[in-house]
Amino acid sequence: MEASKVIHAIYTDDDVLMSAVKTVKADRHHIEEIYTPFPVHGLDKAMGLEPTRIAITAFMYGLVGLTVAIVMMNFIMIEDWPQNIGGKPSFSYIENMPAFVPIMFELTVFFAAHLMVITFYLRSRMWPFKKAENPDPRTTDDHFLMEIAVHGNEKELQSLLKETGAVEINLVDKAH
Amino acid sequence: MYTFSNRLKTFSIILMVLGLLGVGYGFMSSHKSLDEVKTMLAEEASHHGGGHSEEASHTVDDSHDTQVVEASHSGEAHGEDAHHGDAHAEHVMHQIHNRPYAALYVAAFFFMMIALGVLAFYAIQIASQAGWSPVLFRVMEGITAYLLPGALIVVAVAIFAGDHLFVWMNPDMVNPESDHYDALVAGKSAWLNKTGFVIRALVFIGGWSLYRYFARKFSIAQDTAKDNKNFKKSFRIAAGFLVFFIYTESMMSWDWIMSVDPHWFSTLFGWYVFASMFVSGITVIALITLYLKSKGQLEFVNENHLHDVAKFMFAFSIFWTYLWFSQFMLIWYSNIPEEVTYFVTRFADYKLPFLGMVVMNFVFPILMLMNADYKRIPWFVVMTGLVILFGHYIDIFNMIMPATVGDRWFIGIPEISSILLFAGLFIFIVFTALSKAPLLVKRYPFRKESEEFHY
Repeated sequence: MEASKVIHAIYTDDDVLMSAVKTVKADRHHIEEIYTPFPVHGLDKAMGLEPTRIAITAFMYGLVGLTVAIVMMNFIMIEDWPQNIGGKPSFSYIENMPAFVPIMFELTVFFAAHLMVITFYLRSRMWPFKKAENPDPRTTDDHFLMEIAVHGNEKELQSLLKETGAVEINLVDKAH
Repeated sequence: MYTFSNRLKTFSIILMVLGLLGVGYGFMSSHKSLDEVKTMLAEEASHHGGGHSEEASHTVDDSHDTQVVEASHSGEAHGEDAHHGDAHAEHVMHQIHNRPYAALYVAAFFFMMIALGVLAFYAIQIASQAGWSPVLFRVMEGITAYLLPGALIVVAVAIFAGDHLFVWMNPDMVNPESDHYDALVAGKSAWLNKTGFVIRALVFIGGWSLYRYFARKFSIAQDTAKDNKNFKKSFRIAAGFLVFFIYTESMMSWDWIMSVDPHWFSTLFGWYVFASMFVSGITVIALITLYLKSKGQLEFVNENHLHDVAKFMFAFSIFWTYLWFSQFMLIWYSNIPEEVTYFVTRFADYKLPFLGMVVMNFVFPILMLMNADYKRIPWFVVMTGLVILFGHYIDIFNMIMPATVGDRWFIGIPEISSILLFAGLFIFIVFTALSKAPLLVKRYPFRKESEEFHY
């Protein structure tokens, strides 16, 4: 359940942000989101995010690409019209396989790479003309923003965040 | 300091003794006379069924027409039916005689190339100023201790075997008066002659061993130094060595391996042999590191280092496959008779090892080591590493055997004992060298970074 009110705590240093995340997690508050201008190494671990499974999807897409290449070449070169082209043996797939390997390889890579990228776009909800979901433009330059849900414990949260070194703490009503 | 445990020492000595006995047995049992070979062939033919025997011997012989070994026998005899049986029996007799030499040579080369591959890897780590690997430097230095004795043994076996392995070493082949004269080999005699072979071998081995000697010396000196002078020196010689290495490695592969088929040539052969030695070397680094770590000797090596080594195993397995396939596919595709015989003999007589090594060197590691988590599990890396090592032994086997024993190959007592002999020697020399110096470099500038390496 998304809270209607959230606190935006703004930091100017990634090390301070990291220790703040640890403090907030230790105090059992739910971190909704963190906005950073660049990847902060270890942030996902500190937040307790699950590891990505995109590599597994890429592997499976690669298998799809390999299958497409094999089925396609087998149908075109062996089954549909087995011509004698320069003496290459077109009697069975395996006999002419070395000639197909470059295509098998490229299609495996092509499918794995492109479908993985598209998966990434879909899962991260990124597309052209998408409205930017940026709560504060400074987070694309040199500020870090932690968004924490508020359930009637603003005072307590604000003092906790102040201790962690936040330079700015804003209470934001998301309902509007 | 690591001490070479008595159990391991005894184990390596047992391997050497067993290997030596088996190698001796291999040489004794291969001395078959022409008559014995004829009886053997007649027996083999009778297994195929009587009427079929003549055809059987024909087909076997046809596949040999493409082989280089054939050139050392009288070529005309093949055409004449009267002499056919004799020529064939003589041909088979030579192959049987060659087998223990070839078995010894394959194993000697295999263990030498591990040490050489590690030396190249070590030099690359230093020249690229890698931050993750300094905790493994002493393991690498230990492995490269085998290079000098190992390479000398390879050359000694090559000279000892003479034309049992390298048909061009037979003086008759370059003598126009002889029946065995081979114009193609004679044309290459400016490069392929015994004197040149020995001189080049000594230059290669001298260069590699000099680098190894000084790299080790600077590495030990850096432990107690006050400044980084030794580190800078080791950086400079590593860069120089890598240039020297890539030239000499390529020439070494022509001399020591490609010249067993003196009619055949391939331009990427040097790279191909390099890929094989590099991946075997990295695998052995992983195995010895894991062994020492299991003995509690390398507490500063963690799973992140293992992960990196396993990534190299994975990547260079693919690199090897890339070169193997590039060499195979280009020759298969164009199908030029003078080149393609190389793969025709391998496909006709070595189908299982030839295709089996692609499974062991490519399919198995790519599936086992693709997952990042699996690369951090010691037993997983050990298991994959053993398969990779065996696969690369088969790779060398496939390079040497078809030219020397043809279809008379088998992985039996001569081959296995040769592996045991050199495995024992390798373990003995490597672990002796490991016990000579502390297992962690002390004042190496990237030591701290390496100890705290985290992936």
